[in-house]
Amino acid sequence: MDFMTILQVLDSTVRLAIPLLLACLAGLFSERAGIFDIGLEGKMLIAAFFSAAIAYTTGSVWLGLLAGIAASLVLSVLHGVASITFRGNQLISGVAINFLAAGMTVLIAQDWFAQGGRTPSLSGAARFNPVTLPFAESLQGVPVLGPIYYELISGHTILVYLGFLTVPLTWWILYRTRFGLRLRAVGENPAAVDTAGVSVVGLRYAAVLICGVLCGIAGAYLATALQAGFVKDMSAGRGYIALAALIFAKWRPWYALMSTLLFGFLQAVALRPDLIQATIGIKVQVQLLDALPYILTVIILAGFVGKAIPPRAGGEPYVKER
Amino acid sequence: MDKMPAWADVVLIPLISLLLAAILSALVILAIGESPVEAFNLMVDGALMRSSGWGYTLYYATNFIFTGLAVAVAFHARMFNIGGEGQAMLGGLGVALMCLYVPWPHWSLAMLGSTLGAAAFGALWALIPAYLQAKRGSHIVITTIMFNFIAAALLNYLLIGVLKPKGSMEPASAKFDPAFALPTFQDMFASEGNPLFRGAPANVSFFLALLACLFVWLLIWRSRLGYEIRAYGWSQTGAKYAGISGTKIIIVSMLISGGLAGLMAVNTTQGEAERLILNMTEGAGFIGIAVALMGRNHPFGVLLAAILFGFLYQGGAELALWTNIPRELIVVIQALVILFTGALDNMVRMPLERLFLALRRKEG
Repeated sequence: MDFMTILQVLDSTVRLAIPLLLACLAGLFSERAGIFDIGLEGKMLIAAFFSAAIAYTTGSVWLGLLAGIAASLVLSVLHGVASITFRGNQLISGVAINFLAAGMTVLIAQDWFAQGGRTPSLSGAARFNPVTLPFAESLQGVPVLGPIYYELISGHTILVYLGFLTVPLTWWILYRTRFGLRLRAVGENPAAVDTAGVSVVGLRYAAVLICGVLCGIAGAYLATALQAGFVKDMSAGRGYIALAALIFAKWRPWYALMSTLLFGFLQAVALRPDLIQATIGIKVQVQLLDALPYILTVIILAGFVGKAIPPRAGGEPYVKER
Repeated sequence: MDKMPAWADVVLIPLISLLLAAILSALVILAIGESPVEAFNLMVDGALMRSSGWGYTLYYATNFIFTGLAVAVAFHARMFNIGGEGQAMLGGLGVALMCLYVPWPHWSLAMLGSTLGAAAFGALWALIPAYLQAKRGSHIVITTIMFNFIAAALLNYLLIGVLKPKGSMEPASAKFDPAFALPTFQDMFASEGNPLFRGAPANVSFFLALLACLFVWLLIWRSRLGYEIRAYGWSQTGAKYAGISGTKIIIVSMLISGGLAGLMAVNTTQGEAERLILNMTEGAGFIGIAVALMGRNHPFGVLLAAILFGFLYQGGAELALWTNIPRELIVVIQALVILFTGALDNMVRMPLERLFLALRRKEG
């Protein structure tokens, strides 16, 4: 395997890891505040549809992004109402949200565009186009570093760079701000936060809304940057992989970057079965690579390799007094 | 003191939730420019007014009874088995192995074999998440989700590899021996002068599903194990104090749950497709969640809810055929039912409780 092929695989690793990373950080905010969210998948899907639909009709990808975030936020609020206000089962609410998104996107897509549940393909300003970073062209001739800079670092869409910036930002918010401290506390011991006179409900809604925004960006990335338009069920289980990555990362932002890059790499390699055979000499089934993120997560969950301890108050509605 | 009479909890709340889901679904149909009344008439006409429509409705209902019971049994032990989909896929593998490699003398024995195979494989697929929950504390919801994907990958691998007959391009196993075909309702009930259930896939496994309902009822409410399962689901510490082993309850109830989910493959794989195909579950594992929630985890409720969803499924297919409403409408209705009967349960319950309290005060 030559240098350029490695760069290509790493390049698609980055492309494929970004939606996972954004969704994973979305889940991180929600779960750190004690709200389990298996509806990441649905929120991404609905954002993917609305971003593509609005980007197509207005011709502006930025309006599309906003529409995607708004759609995702609607589902977030629904999740909040069900699991915070009405103290319902958060897992069941997440399941409902995933189905709602899977059904509604096709229903609306068929009604608006009549193309069998997809949007027309996007082009030009209706899509996020690759950004060439400064000097990428001129430095291309520099050995090793030049191609790395040109192929791997430059030439992604703006959302990719935004996605990477979200990691330190999340870390800073969670570990260096008062809001972050309270958010983590509300996921561990909501009664203590309540005693301190801080609103448990308010904090949890804030976390769920941040989760919605990040899922919205992840979904918009799928439909307007990674691909050119929405197709039915295009999130393709990424919400669940993000959930797996979140456990893999033990609910920490920098580890989330690592785990989503690992899972992105597995997806990138699964696209090039010929390369694996050339590298290790054995034919590896694509299905094994597809299943690997899930298998790894089960192993981590089983506690055989390190221990993943979720936020203590996760999944439990907070009841003020009995 | 109970805030509400039992009938309100069992009948009124599900009905109100269903009504809310129906109203919202009607609004969705209106929003895409179709008439909800016409759509409903079309669904009733296609699913209930002809015997062949019933044949499809009951075929789908058979799947949903199995997966609904699977979710219900796990719910009684306060576990959320979201892995019915994967367990049903493995059940399909069990059916296929039994029908492909064992020379049964008669379809009834083949059905017995495939029933055992389906239940065993489904239970096995639930065993690992159950063990991890009981012994290592991994959350059953996450592990069963992961196992759905692993099952899909495994089936995909087998159906384009070992199980695919030579020369075939489709990802599917070889056809089963035609002698193993299960008698359909048409075979059983139609006569020369009275052609009933023509071409419909409903088959003898519907009765297996009814037996499964009876089995779950006996298990949960008439057996020691069922009592232990309910006790554990009600209060884990209380059950522990009473000498009930949590590990045992988690593992046994998940084995039963997985086995029930696996059984739906008898209906789809031996009863209908007569070979193992990719995506044989068609999401029935997930519909089991809605069915169990609506049926209040009681076998009789599950039966009714499964027939309702069978009707929705068959009616939805009719809609997709005759109108511009895609099949995905059913997914939306399913989502709304799960939302209202599951997640937003308190939204319906709290005002009702207040109402009943007020009524009682007036009486007093």
